[in-house]
Amino acid sequence: MKKRLPDSVKLLTLILFFLTLCYQSYSQTIPTDAAAITAGEALFNGNCKSCHRVKQKLVGPALAGVEERAPSIGWIISWVRNPAKMIASGDAYAVKIYEEYNKSQMTAFTSYSDDQILSILAYVKAEAEKVEAPAVAATAEAGGGAQSGIPTSYLNVILAGMIIILVLLLIILSLIINALKKYLDQKDLSEEDKEVVNSPYTLGSILSSKGFVFIVIFLVTAVLFKNVIDGLFTIGVQQNYQPKQPIAFSHKVHAGQYEIECNYCHTGALKGKQANIPSANICMNCHTQIQQGTNTGTSEISKIYDAIGYDVTTGSYTGKQKPIEWVRIHNLPDLAYFNHSQHANVGGIACQTCHGPIQEMEVVKQYSLLTMGWCIDCHRKTDVNTKGNAYYDKLLELHNAKKSFKVEDIGGLECAKCHY
Amino acid sequence: MSNTKKTYWKGIPQLKNDPQFVQHADKEFVDLGVQEDPGHSRRDFLKMMGFSVAAASLAACEAPIRKAIPYINKPLDADPGIPNYYASTYTQGGNYCSIVVKVRDGRPIKVDGNSLSKITLGGTNAQVEASVLSLYDNYRSRGPKAGEKATEWESIDKEIIAKLNDISSKGGQIRIVSNSILSPSTKAVLEKFKAKYPTTKVVQYDPVSNYGIVKANLESFGAAIVPSYDFSKAKVIVSIGADFLGTWISPIEFAKQFAVNRQINEDQREMSRLYSFESNLSLTGANADYRAMIKPSQEGTVVAQLYNILSGNDSKSEIANLTKAAAELKANQGASLVVSGSNDKNVQIVVNAINNLLGNYGSTILTNAPVNFRQGNDEEMSAFIAEAKAGNVGGVIFYNCNPVYDHPQGEILAESLSKISLTVSTSATPDETASLSGYQTPDHHYLESWGDAEPKLNSFSLSQPAISPLFKTRQAQESFLTWAGESTTEYFTFLKEYWMTRFYNSGSGVSFQNFWDKCLYDGVFEIPTTAQPLTFSGNVSAALAGLSAAKSGGQFELSIYESVGIGNGAQANNPLLQELPDPITKATWDHYVTISQKDANALGIDNDAEGRTQLVTITANGKSVKVPALVQPGQAPGTLGIAVGYGRTKVGKVGENIGVNVYPLVTAAGDSLSYSALDVKIEKTDEAFQIAQTQIHQTYMGRHNVIQESVLSEFKKDPYAGREMPKITKWDEKVDASTLSLWKGHDYNNHHWGMAIDMNSCTGCAACIVACNVENNVALVGKQEVINRREMHWLRIDRYYSNPAGTDADDLQGLEKVAENPEVVFQPMLCQHCNNAPCETVCPVAATTHSSEGLNQMTYNRCIGTRYCANNCPYKVRRFNWFKYHDNQQFYQANPAMNTDLGRMVLNPDVTVRSRGVMEKCSFCVQRIQSGKLNAKKERRTLKDGEVVTACQAACATGAIVFGDLNNPESRLSQLLKVDHFKEVEKDGKVEKVINYGIDKKIGNPRAYRVLEEIGVKPNIFYLTKIRNKDKATENV
Repeated sequence: MKKRLPDSVKLLTLILFFLTLCYQSYSQTIPTDAAAITAGEALFNGNCKSCHRVKQKLVGPALAGVEERAPSIGWIISWVRNPAKMIASGDAYAVKIYEEYNKSQMTAFTSYSDDQILSILAYVKAEAEKVEAPAVAATAEAGGGAQSGIPTSYLNVILAGMIIILVLLLIILSLIINALKKYLDQKDLSEEDKEVVNSPYTLGSILSSKGFVFIVIFLVTAVLFKNVIDGLFTIGVQQNYQPKQPIAFSHKVHAGQYEIECNYCHTGALKGKQANIPSANICMNCHTQIQQGTNTGTSEISKIYDAIGYDVTTGSYTGKQKPIEWVRIHNLPDLAYFNHSQHANVGGIACQTCHGPIQEMEVVKQYSLLTMGWCIDCHRKTDVNTKGNAYYDKLLELHNAKKSFKVEDIGGLECAKCHY
Repeated sequence: MSNTKKTYWKGIPQLKNDPQFVQHADKEFVDLGVQEDPGHSRRDFLKMMGFSVAAASLAACEAPIRKAIPYINKPLDADPGIPNYYASTYTQGGNYCSIVVKVRDGRPIKVDGNSLSKITLGGTNAQVEASVLSLYDNYRSRGPKAGEKATEWESIDKEIIAKLNDISSKGGQIRIVSNSILSPSTKAVLEKFKAKYPTTKVVQYDPVSNYGIVKANLESFGAAIVPSYDFSKAKVIVSIGADFLGTWISPIEFAKQFAVNRQINEDQREMSRLYSFESNLSLTGANADYRAMIKPSQEGTVVAQLYNILSGNDSKSEIANLTKAAAELKANQGASLVVSGSNDKNVQIVVNAINNLLGNYGSTILTNAPVNFRQGNDEEMSAFIAEAKAGNVGGVIFYNCNPVYDHPQGEILAESLSKISLTVSTSATPDETASLSGYQTPDHHYLESWGDAEPKLNSFSLSQPAISPLFKTRQAQESFLTWAGESTTEYFTFLKEYWMTRFYNSGSGVSFQNFWDKCLYDGVFEIPTTAQPLTFSGNVSAALAGLSAAKSGGQFELSIYESVGIGNGAQANNPLLQELPDPITKATWDHYVTISQKDANALGIDNDAEGRTQLVTITANGKSVKVPALVQPGQAPGTLGIAVGYGRTKVGKVGENIGVNVYPLVTAAGDSLSYSALDVKIEKTDEAFQIAQTQIHQTYMGRHNVIQESVLSEFKKDPYAGREMPKITKWDEKVDASTLSLWKGHDYNNHHWGMAIDMNSCTGCAACIVACNVENNVALVGKQEVINRREMHWLRIDRYYSNPAGTDADDLQGLEKVAENPEVVFQPMLCQHCNNAPCETVCPVAATTHSSEGLNQMTYNRCIGTRYCANNCPYKVRRFNWFKYHDNQQFYQANPAMNTDLGRMVLNPDVTVRSRGVMEKCSFCVQRIQSGKLNAKKERRTLKDGEVVTACQAACATGAIVFGDLNNPESRLSQLLKVDHFKEVEKDGKVEKVINYGIDKKIGNPRAYRVLEEIGVKPNIFYLTKIRNKDKATENV
């Protein structure tokens, strides 16, 4: 009797065989380690995200499963490096995509190494395999967080109720006093008792007394004064200023739903003083393709076309341009110097820190106070972002007693940091 | 050290102890004695203020809607808020400077020097710095005009071409009149024009001519050239009336070269010596080690005697210093230089002969590298005017020149223009000539233009537009190409093709585009020169004979000069230059004749401490002008000095009717123009006049150690020569003033900004003042406010006169004798950024505070205008805004940069425009510091030395101002001052060396001192002692 191999061994061999196969077909191409995925994520968010999503078609195709759809991994690499060349070479799949996406060409990323492109693919793959669930959980959690404790509106209702009850109690008590007085008046009382019952200090006499008048006048003046002072402090403060803009641009759609990087449009935020309101040509990077808006159909997008002089029917530029006059929301006085790059680039502060949950705003409003007190407050609380910045090395050495130092410790409260 | 007792004075009233001067001397703010507005009382003011505060707060509740308009299609390299820099070229007639233009949001806002240029080496002067405001001049032409009527380019071209063809077909003469043309491609354009209209001739002239040099070189070397000079190789320099540091030929280049041998230290104790022989006290004379006063008629004598001594025909001269100068020249053969400002051919031939005798050709004078700054030909220009007068010219095109104003025969030319059938002017403004021309075809401003220049043989320079044309103007070269009927009229294409055919070497392996981009990026381009030096073959004896035949002068002689600010008058509508105090006279907004004290006394002219004087009538060359007289120390007795560039009539609101035009006083002498009149009458009138001078403002009340100076011979023995180290008496001993302090000091953990100013290199040229004005939006206030002592300059240059050491300071008569030809020293004075700042301690609202980097900060929005700080400032550098200088019709004329839409484009967006009632002062260009630091932080690296440069430092052609980080051992400043970065600290009985971040760093440079050290405010600005290259401290200059 021929000895048969045990089933377990067969299974093992089979698994080994498949593993080897997998190894050969994937390990040299798309990495699966966490480092590559994270690197890929950064690259994807910085460069691809404005046109591609993993599971959603945007300007370009959804990327999930691209490694299976495309002819080969090598094809993807050469496509990313130079799509124009691929199309020109007459590659069938390249031409097909080109035709499918309205003959709009993908930007070439010539400087990308194989590893970089593979890491992007790794991220895409990992993302495609992810289950939706965690996101839902996160939303639930966020909702739950807000529920804890009594909301302030309830507090106000309770307070008002209590005040009403107190007033009612006062009325009832005064009624009782009156009734008792009347009852006592009918009786014969001694002089002493009469004095007690008919007190010389009536409500009227108290109200007209000098002391009371003084206190009232004092309190009224004090409240008025405080209000005037408070009012004066709000002059020029435009918190929650939310003007109507010439184009009903929705940050909720762009930054929230489509998660376009802030920097994609606000190109100056990391570079210089101004974050820059995007020029219409940046809008056109996507809106040559996306001609229907999520909220407003074609009515708002056509305003961009009018501004830049784009004829949708022919897909060409007419040369007739007129500028878009946005309404400025954040107005710092001329005497204050503010530089975006110092905060967003050097400080590494998220845009939302000052601008609020911009990704949830249909219409942008001024979220922060933008007063000097508000600036100073943050400069007092915020640690200097010294990590990896040789500029701060010497200061770090000097401050070695403290592990970190606040902006105020290196002159962040000095006048000439912002006023010159 | 202080064995040299000297007296310093800023002006004659101070020297004379004028009671009026004494009365105001100790006041920071002078009581003008007039109620500014007698109609309203202080009570009314308060009432109205109460109301307006309430009204303003109500109005402020409604915030105005502000628009933000982005680009439609943003250019790749233009980012709002981030400046771009473009290399370009400043040319104004023959004046040249290679520059870098700072452009913010599409607007040029600042002009800096281009350090890649081998000619100007990154230097600028006041006129170059100010030129950016001329771009936004409201007087500029808005478009082409036929007569008085605005028209279109097509129609004006048609009319001009028709007329040109008509003239040409009849054989009529066509002339193109121009100042020196530096641009080789423009010359090529004009050749095209000439080819089309063969009767055309190009006539070049210069408002201030150097044709005498050209003519002399033609006779001495057979080539009509102006050679290059190299002052950096000269150990002994003799200047006979040539103001090479201020205005002569190429002052930026010369100042740069001159400074090379004036910067001395312990290891380098040799410096050049400058002799000056002149009539007016010029910038060069003020910087001279030995200065002799001569009359203009003596220029020939000086030159001839110098030649005779050097050639052994004579042994000595009666003219002061001349024998000594000759001996030293002889001792430094091949390393000396004699220059003359005379426009007399004979003088220049003898000067050539002297330099030839000394073997200076080939070392300090290069005939194989001729310069193109002055190509004007006085003979041709005179001939042209004669032709025009005779009616022999058919058509004339004035290419960016204004001969009706700036040529001596301008009046004749103006009358003759009606006889010429076609008159065209390409001037950018409707100036005196353009407004008389039949057609005005305005050129772009140079900052809007393409162009090239060949300042020196085989050294080239490119210009590129830094802004789109503001008006409907057209580049003049394009006009010429259009009129010549060329198919491609676009000058940019023409220029590129010209460079391609002339300079591009296709075998170099670089594409033309790359070559062109590189040249454009650098702004300069050079090709190796193969030209050979020329040999001298001049006829000296004939020239000497010519000199001795020259007639002697009358009782008064007049020397006509170019002022450092206004120059030849082309930029007279630039308020930056009008308000710039003249380096010597410190006068602003005015034109005057300088006269010596002796002559003034004889004529009964009196200048008081407030600049009040009398008008005088000067008659020369058959013409009379009436100007105020200004008593000027150093003015040779019997001579008068008067500047050209004033008296413009068609120039715009700023410069109109300031002074008189003295170009008509220039005479034709032989072949060339003569800038001196030898027989002049002067008569005093009874009319009073007040000159707005700044010299008497801000005195130090006799604290004499403000200036510390010595002479080279002393310095060689002891580098501490001239230093005064004040001691303070304690109960038991005397200690250094700097060791005592009421304050705890500061620790500067990161940067410690400081500055050093070398008074030996500073020539007083005032470029820094204009640079500071432009960079920091400093308001200009106009003549009356300067008289009221309310000028706003953050940086001023104090000019002190002094006697040689050893003169008895109490001997006033002796001092007045010395004052006839005093020593001069310049001291740039700006906020000293004191570590123990007296201003900070008196501010009731903490509007002026100290930073952790050593800056004394001024916060305008916190200032309430008590002016305590200014009263407490020992250096008098704080300036108070008495008025709202912006958006104020009252200051429209003086301050267009803040009062017109066009002018406001020049403002620096990074610096606040200050309003009324606040104090302001030098901030050490904190905006540049912040931007430099931010760039370093963004690149995650440390800040390198030289990245942060203040505006004054950048402008300084001589490198006298050095700014930097005293905490950085590598910084130029630390090395110049020899800063000791360590201090000794006693720890557990042992002495340890630790890094010193405090305010008291030991300064090792023996020349470095802080002004008013004894008061213990410990400034962050150090001055290096002035060292004069005199043999003895007690000698006269």
